[in-house]
Amino acid sequence: MKKFTILKGIAAVMPDINIDTDAIIPKQFLKTIHRKGLGKSLFYNERYTEGYNKNVDFILNKDPWSNSSIIIAGENFGCGSSREHAPWALLDFGIQCIISNSFADIFFNNSVKNGLLLIKLNKNEIQKLSELAMKKESFTVDLINQKISVKNNEINFNVDPIIKDRLIHGYDDIEITLKNKQLIVDYENNKSKFHIWKNIVYEKQ
Amino acid sequence: MNTPKTLFDKIWGDHVISQTNKNQYLLYIDRHLVHEVTSPQAFEGLKLNKRKVRKPELTLGVADHNVPTTLRDQGINSIKDKIAKLQVETLEKNLSENNIKYIPLTSKNQGIVHIIGPEQGFTIPGTTIVCGDSHTSTHGAFGSLAFGIGTSEVEHVLATQTLVQTKPKNMRIIINGKLKKNVTSKDIILKVISEIGTAAGTGHVIEFSGSTILDMTMEERMTLCNMSIEAGAKAGLIAPDNKTFDYLYGLPFAPKEKNWELAIEYWKKLVTDKGAIFDQEFSFNIEELKPFVTWGTSPENGIAINEKIPDPKQYNNLEKRQSIEKSLNYMGLKAGDSLKDISIQKVFIGSCTNGRIEDLRAAANYIQGKKVSHNVQALVVPGSGLVKKQAESEGIKEIFLEAGFEWRDPGCSMCLGMNPDQLASGERCASTSNRNFEGRQGRGGRTHLVSPITAAASAIKGFFVDVTEESL
Repeated sequence: MKKFTILKGIAAVMPDINIDTDAIIPKQFLKTIHRKGLGKSLFYNERYTEGYNKNVDFILNKDPWSNSSIIIAGENFGCGSSREHAPWALLDFGIQCIISNSFADIFFNNSVKNGLLLIKLNKNEIQKLSELAMKKESFTVDLINQKISVKNNEINFNVDPIIKDRLIHGYDDIEITLKNKQLIVDYENNKSKFHIWKNIVYEKQ
Repeated sequence: MNTPKTLFDKIWGDHVISQTNKNQYLLYIDRHLVHEVTSPQAFEGLKLNKRKVRKPELTLGVADHNVPTTLRDQGINSIKDKIAKLQVETLEKNLSENNIKYIPLTSKNQGIVHIIGPEQGFTIPGTTIVCGDSHTSTHGAFGSLAFGIGTSEVEHVLATQTLVQTKPKNMRIIINGKLKKNVTSKDIILKVISEIGTAAGTGHVIEFSGSTILDMTMEERMTLCNMSIEAGAKAGLIAPDNKTFDYLYGLPFAPKEKNWELAIEYWKKLVTDKGAIFDQEFSFNIEELKPFVTWGTSPENGIAINEKIPDPKQYNNLEKRQSIEKSLNYMGLKAGDSLKDISIQKVFIGSCTNGRIEDLRAAANYIQGKKVSHNVQALVVPGSGLVKKQAESEGIKEIFLEAGFEWRDPGCSMCLGMNPDQLASGERCASTSNRNFEGRQGRGGRTHLVSPITAAASAIKGFFVDVTEESL
């Protein structure tokens, strides 16, 4: 996983609430067997009129926001389907951080596992940052010091210390879990917790 | 005395391997379902890191999301879209290489992953069940803790048979009362979501209880739990009872003989203790509930069939008002419109929400002897091969065919339109699926979520019908 420490970039404001994962990456792009290459089709239905003809009114088609690395979104961002293609598409486009009042659970988990930082702020803070983003100001997101700086403004944010640690070091979750392999084996052998009726035995063909 | 526990707390507690951090746990996963869309990158990850599948026998695979619903006897060759075909081929290859059981496209047992899990007895109470699909919440109807995961987590489960999870909070939704004739559990869940909203359940597991739930069949309970995710919840949960046990007895993967007895002994303890505390609680009486229809592009945009489409101006919250205006614009509707005046062009009966035998029975029963309106194309997509076979043996297929419905092969189909079953731009569909997001069933397509009875009746009339009042 790519490490995340400090990010400098432009922020696009997408104030709609309930932006769902179908909107982030529509179904026709889920047939891929790869993680890369989805950025082109990010927000496809809103971003393009037909084929790949750009909808000039869409924020990510306008300069300088076509080079955004941050999105400031309305609440409940990422609701709906569990498709991890949503964070893959965002990252492939170049988005590395999303700021919102709230995120849907599965999307949140999927994002942090891929190195996409999600920051929850209150509505006043989001309002302030949105105004600055619309003025094309450059944002600095400092994960180590948990601080967003724009011009003369500074906003501190909270982040789960485990997620922070993982993002900063780019840890692989599976590697961490497998360090405790013996705990898993012990659990499987603990009869009071692991019930024998749960075992699946295939009948002989 | 021990502190009273919720059903969720009990299942959670029995699956904790270790606490990894404050409120974060390593959880054992008993059952894992995989399908073609969210697993290829997970298997690729395993291969790149030279990791093996830890417990292949605890995973079951099936292709359902992108598969066509015609020409199934041709198996994988029925998939004309080359990219989709490669995805199914990749699933087959990955499962075979890792010794994971696969239900092939040509098997009579193939179907939507959340329908075949219960049908095969793979879904059982007291277990943790995951799948790379948000509607995994369906399996909670059996008193199992079942939730959707992303592809990274699919890889984690394959490699370790565990997941690292933050402990969700407890929510209870109590539903009491006897439903009116032709009102269904789909109408209940649409009503609930319209009241509490699509984010209410975020970070929670919802336990459904109350007299209505006790009266429900397993199929009805599955519909309810299926859409818990549409209320934002991690999972839906219903305490197992004799109906649950009767449903599972003798199914291929269900425990047998001595293990069945041991299982029952444990499953009977899976109830919320008296006095257990929930972080949030809601209560509904559904005696007077009318059939529900969504009018917008979020599952929370639902109203009773006899209500008028709301006026955005009545909302003080600016974001909410704008979101409703945008929805109405997309849906081609305006405030004050009556649902009963809206004409439809497509009808879809199927999906993991409403593609079970009871759904097809109820719909067929209501429209028997009638013809689909000439303006409407209507599709029935049974949720699985077993549902299809059962429906054929009961004469349900004939009722649909005689009425002018198309009778298809099992799959997710038009619920998400990954296969050729899609809406054209501007087409309006009465759909028994679970999401009415913009473009979900096809770009520019307009989805109205309804129950199977309302969908079938609307196919006959060509517009939405109140199935508690009018006969066809």
